Amino acid sequence: MNTAETQVKAVNKPAAKTKTKRKWKRWAIHLFPIPALIIYGLFIVYPIFAAFTYSLFDWNGLVRGAFVGLENFEALFSLQPYKDLFWNAFQHNILYFAVQMIVQNGLAFVLAFIIYKKIKGAEFFKIAFFMPRLLSIIVVGFLWKLILNPNFGALNVILGKFGLENLQKAWLGDPDTALMAIILVNSWFGLGFAVLIFLAGIQSIPHELIEAATLDGAKGWKMMSKIIIPLMMPAITIITVLTFIQSFEAFELVYAMQGSQGEPYHSTDTLAIYFYRLAFGGTSGGGSSAIGLGSALAVVLFLFISVFTAILLYFMRKKEVEM
Amino acid sequence: MKENIWTRPLYYIIAFLVASISLYPLFLMIMSSFKPSNEIFMNPLSLPKSFSLEPYRNLIEQVPFMTYFYNSVVVSVTAVLLILICGSLAAFYIARYTFWWNNALFFFFLMGMMIPIKLGIVPLFILMKDLGLTNSLWSLIFIYTATGIPLSILILTGFFRTMPVELEEAARIDGATDLRILWNVLLPLMRPALGTVMIINFIQAWNDFFFPLIFISNEMKKTIPVGMLSLFGEYSADWGALFAGLTLSSLPMMILFFIASKQFMEGLTAGAIK
Repeated sequence: MNTAETQVKAVNKPAAKTKTKRKWKRWAIHLFPIPALIIYGLFIVYPIFAAFTYSLFDWNGLVRGAFVGLENFEALFSLQPYKDLFWNAFQHNILYFAVQMIVQNGLAFVLAFIIYKKIKGAEFFKIAFFMPRLLSIIVVGFLWKLILNPNFGALNVILGKFGLENLQKAWLGDPDTALMAIILVNSWFGLGFAVLIFLAGIQSIPHELIEAATLDGAKGWKMMSKIIIPLMMPAITIITVLTFIQSFEAFELVYAMQGSQGEPYHSTDTLAIYFYRLAFGGTSGGGSSAIGLGSALAVVLFLFISVFTAILLYFMRKKEVEM
Repeated sequence: MKENIWTRPLYYIIAFLVASISLYPLFLMIMSSFKPSNEIFMNPLSLPKSFSLEPYRNLIEQVPFMTYFYNSVVVSVTAVLLILICGSLAAFYIARYTFWWNNALFFFFLMGMMIPIKLGIVPLFILMKDLGLTNSLWSLIFIYTATGIPLSILILTGFFRTMPVELEEAARIDGATDLRILWNVLLPLMRPALGTVMIINFIQAWNDFFFPLIFISNEMKKTIPVGMLSLFGEYSADWGALFAGLTLSSLPMMILFFIASKQFMEGLTAGAIK
């Protein structure tokens, strides 16, 4: 329909005019999701797919070389030092996850339960536990690096005041304690968030249910294991999955406290730190095509995180009960 | 249910103990920022003898802290605005229309919450380089907008769906366009959801360290978190200035938190619970 025709019709029939106008309006609406699609597609979706293709090429600095198929993956798992560095870092990530689950999430569960029991000052405690979460993770890392300093750090000074000089240590300089120190700092940072999620979980359990169970004689551990924990499964699932993803992406805190080499002697190295070294921080142990290897590591990590998240979600969702 | 007489006191002991572990390092950080370095080394735990501003003076002399601060403000505010605009437009489209591809589109956006984008950092870096955005604040603005879009669309779509259709029908009969309906009718009613989106993304952008570490090397384009890296790298002996830097970086977030602690805690957990 050309414009002249439209105008004639519009003059004759007002209904036709609104129709074309509405047609334009109908088209305009399709512009709405475009800005979000462009920004999200360009800066999130494209790089993730590109990372897959990058891993199949040889790289010379930032310049792409020949197609090499799966050679980068092979090198990552069979050549030294890549092989040892990978498994070394992988173990640290597993420990990271395990300790976070026990210390951060275990403690958070207890605290959420305590707040739920209507103690006085509940609001104050929630705020107190949550405060560290406001800091940038780099600030957290640097702050604790100062606190854990062997000579002037607050922790050793406090231990000295209590006469516990034999416990004083170079916490971050000793390969036996450095990784654990970092993970505990991470727990300090994430505790309040986990408390809030668990608290929301407990509070969503209908009161009648708990009262009914009490009347039926459930108490103590039985109440916990048969009523409260099963009904809190959604919250537990969320926290477990988030902790898992975050543990296997652990980068900033290690970087702030121990640098890109995972000092001392790679004892705090994680997969993400190792990835960063391969991709940006020069090479660890010779070889020039670090971007290929780095991308291969990114792909492995990506698949590992996705598959395990899916498995975790599948098994934990099964344990969730309908209310 | 009867409680053992020891149960309640035990609750308080645990809660107080953990609360002090949570708060003491923050207290120590702020307190130490008012002590000259040699006083920190001699009496790390005691209160400052006289509230000295010397550490802050040293901080500003050593690194361009005000520039970092300015950059952080520009990046966070622009990113949050872009997220609100892109997010509410897309969420309105997804929630208020029923084209057959809408569910797929929604899912496509939500997928972003599961993508560990840090693993795409190499292609992302090369992309930014090709676009000429490295060492530009726009690299950060774009990446924060992109990472913020999925969760914002989730929250806003959920909120749009709870609004009764009658609200906009009257306006539609009067001939209002979609844009007008969104801006004049729906958005004013959505303040809580918009607030949540703002808080989540503002914290994210303000505190992020990873992306500027990769994209920015020019000292004058650094945001506060990477600025801290310069400070700790070069002036690591001046502990007073270090504590002052840490305190000053965290202050804006803490002030905002005290103004709206409830919204903060609800906002940050909202994303996880949905």
